Amino acid sequence: MIFVVMAYLWAAILLYILLGGADFGAGIIELFTSEKNKAYTRNTMYQAIGPIWEANHMWLIIAIVVLFVGFPEIYTTVSTHLHIPLVIMLFGIIARGTAFTFRNYDAVKDNMQKVYNRIFVYSSFVTPFFLGVIAGSAVSGRIDPGANDFLNAYVYTWFNWFSVTVGFFTVAICGYLAAIFIIGETDDDKSRVRFIRKAKQMNVAAAVFGALVFWAAHAENIPLDKWMFDNPTGIIAIIAAVLSLVLLWYLLLQKGKVIIIRVLAGFQVTMILLAITIRHYPNIVILKGGKYLSLLEHAGQEKTIYSLGMALLLGSILILPALFYLLYSFRKGEAIEH
Amino acid sequence: MNDFLAARSQMALSLGFHIVFSCIGMVMPFFMAVAHFLYIRTGNDVYKNITRAWSKGVAIFFATGAVSGTVLSFELGLLWPEFMKHAGPIFGMPFSLEGTAFFIEAIALGFFLYGWGRFNPWFHWITGVVVGISGLVSGILVVAANAWMNSPAGFDFVNGQYLNIDPIKAMFNDAWFSQALHMCIAAFAATGFAVAGIHALMILRRRNIAFHTTAFRIPALFACIAALLQPLSGDISAKDVAHRQPAKLAAMEAHFKTEAASPLVIGGIPDPVAKEVKYGLEIPGLLSFMVYGDFHTPVTGLDQIPENDQPPIAITHYAFQIMVGLGMVMLLIAVCYFVAIIKKKSWLRMPWLLRLFVIATPMGFIAVEAGWTVTEVGRQPWIINGVMRTADAVTPMPGIAYSFYIFTAVYISLSLIVTFLLYRQIRMVPEIYDIQTPAL
Repeated sequence: MIFVVMAYLWAAILLYILLGGADFGAGIIELFTSEKNKAYTRNTMYQAIGPIWEANHMWLIIAIVVLFVGFPEIYTTVSTHLHIPLVIMLFGIIARGTAFTFRNYDAVKDNMQKVYNRIFVYSSFVTPFFLGVIAGSAVSGRIDPGANDFLNAYVYTWFNWFSVTVGFFTVAICGYLAAIFIIGETDDDKSRVRFIRKAKQMNVAAAVFGALVFWAAHAENIPLDKWMFDNPTGIIAIIAAVLSLVLLWYLLLQKGKVIIIRVLAGFQVTMILLAITIRHYPNIVILKGGKYLSLLEHAGQEKTIYSLGMALLLGSILILPALFYLLYSFRKGEAIEH
Repeated sequence: MNDFLAARSQMALSLGFHIVFSCIGMVMPFFMAVAHFLYIRTGNDVYKNITRAWSKGVAIFFATGAVSGTVLSFELGLLWPEFMKHAGPIFGMPFSLEGTAFFIEAIALGFFLYGWGRFNPWFHWITGVVVGISGLVSGILVVAANAWMNSPAGFDFVNGQYLNIDPIKAMFNDAWFSQALHMCIAAFAATGFAVAGIHALMILRRRNIAFHTTAFRIPALFACIAALLQPLSGDISAKDVAHRQPAKLAAMEAHFKTEAASPLVIGGIPDPVAKEVKYGLEIPGLLSFMVYGDFHTPVTGLDQIPENDQPPIAITHYAFQIMVGLGMVMLLIAVCYFVAIIKKKSWLRMPWLLRLFVIATPMGFIAVEAGWTVTEVGRQPWIINGVMRTADAVTPMPGIAYSFYIFTAVYISLSLIVTFLLYRQIRMVPEIYDIQTPAL
């Protein structure tokens, strides 16, 4: 059952990056859109994510519940030593979730809209940035459960080049996913061209920050290149990601392959996550001094894992059909009335 | 402010904030389902407009409740890592199920809010009901997890080790039912009185009377039924607490001395040093009767509890008195309302009845906050009753006071914005939801 639980944890993280990421990306795209196109972008995005955005963020809850029920030591170590970025991320989640809803449900559309918009776009940037920082810090080897002074125990754990570059990389990935997603949501050629350009920019940004992540890893003595390239799965995953990227751009130049393009973008992110995680499986957090927190060694007792696994299996029977029907019902072209 | 107090305050603030939104998220869907049902059945547009007006409010409250709930799932670890390290695997079962319930709620809400004119009306209606049911189930599950902290079960505590963990037993601990029942009824009473009170105020101000009168009836009926039932569930809860957590009951009642024919103390100022209650009204034997059903059996007093195991007496006692007092007022209003709808129809047109509802607008929520204060402060100094002390669970990170100040600022701003949005929704009723009947 432990492997079922681990699979769910991985899937929840992946789906949060893909769906929640595209959702964050909507705000990032809006942030980097010129004033005159902002309203159109915003409206297209709202049409696309309005009904599903709450569901997109449930994956984070699933991941966090799996962690604190099944792997309490991992959950508490991370939340103690990454307290500060977690709190900032939480403020981002609060600001973004409420601003998105408030701007759509304010009965009077006046200057307050500008306030909501501003909060929404900035928090759409800050939240995934700190999510990336947290993810980077978890594998950076900077977390030291024995540290006594404030800076080493609570600040340098995440305030380092590696974590910060991973943060920017995450933001770029979110923007890329959202841009690819929104291409399929628009019909007129001008907007299509504009969103394709946005996707290109985000793609370039992701590549640049990806390179910077490797540079930072090298500078901080984190063997990232080894993790990704010294095992066949990692190499195959990275090659697959690159090939699918080439295919994606080839297809983008032709019209109408919306679903394939989205699947390819999702596939790339999946491969990247796979390449990062497979090498140090089952370790999920790398501590200072080469120690690890492992999903196998630091799991809860057998009965806990069993009932957690059953709850997840039961949950997916209920959730997945409903979620697919929701996505299907509000697919493109079905304008929403509210 | 020291870090321990700051951590407790931040947790109390976050829970106290979240509970308002979760109550509304749990209960409003049922009000909407009734109005929506009446619309589909009668085709009367007033019902449709009421449903849509409420659904806007629900969207605002749901989003705020969803983010504040997300924050809580992290705060458990941010503030109480030592607690979560041991408790997570034991009381996590209801949380893992709650994840599903919450997910279903979010999906159903997407269907409901954006589904107007898109689906079969009855499918659309059912998605609204599913929002309510999954919200209620979420609430029950989370309360079951809290109940475990009051009534730990499903593990053996041997030499500081948590052995033989059984998450199912932990979920169905002795307190889950009485606490969940009390909370569900409280949610209906609090939300019902709040919504009914706002519509009553609008009727008194003679705005869109037909719309607001129709809208008033649905929450008022739910609220009044809940207010009648709540004392009964309160009685079950109190007997339960007396049995499992005598220290909490003694603090609630400011009951210092264990003696035969224990008196019930109403009001008063407890003095923990002199171990007595000043200016309180004492009814001899009544506490014994309420707990044991006879007027003689002594009820455990604070004198039987070691001093360092006693909860803060004054706060627990005041909070309890506030909750019970407001409960009684709501009960009286409910009785008046039932007399009005069954016997004296003329009362329904009387401004004083509506005024009572206006006064009661915040009462349910104040009572909910007071009730949670009793539950949580009354459990101190324990985080897991009798097993782990709250002070041993707190995060080692210094500077929590700053985090508390920032959270306070954030939650105050959010409360202000939500109030502002609600005010705008209500002010826009004539333009958006009730165009046919002009304001008088």
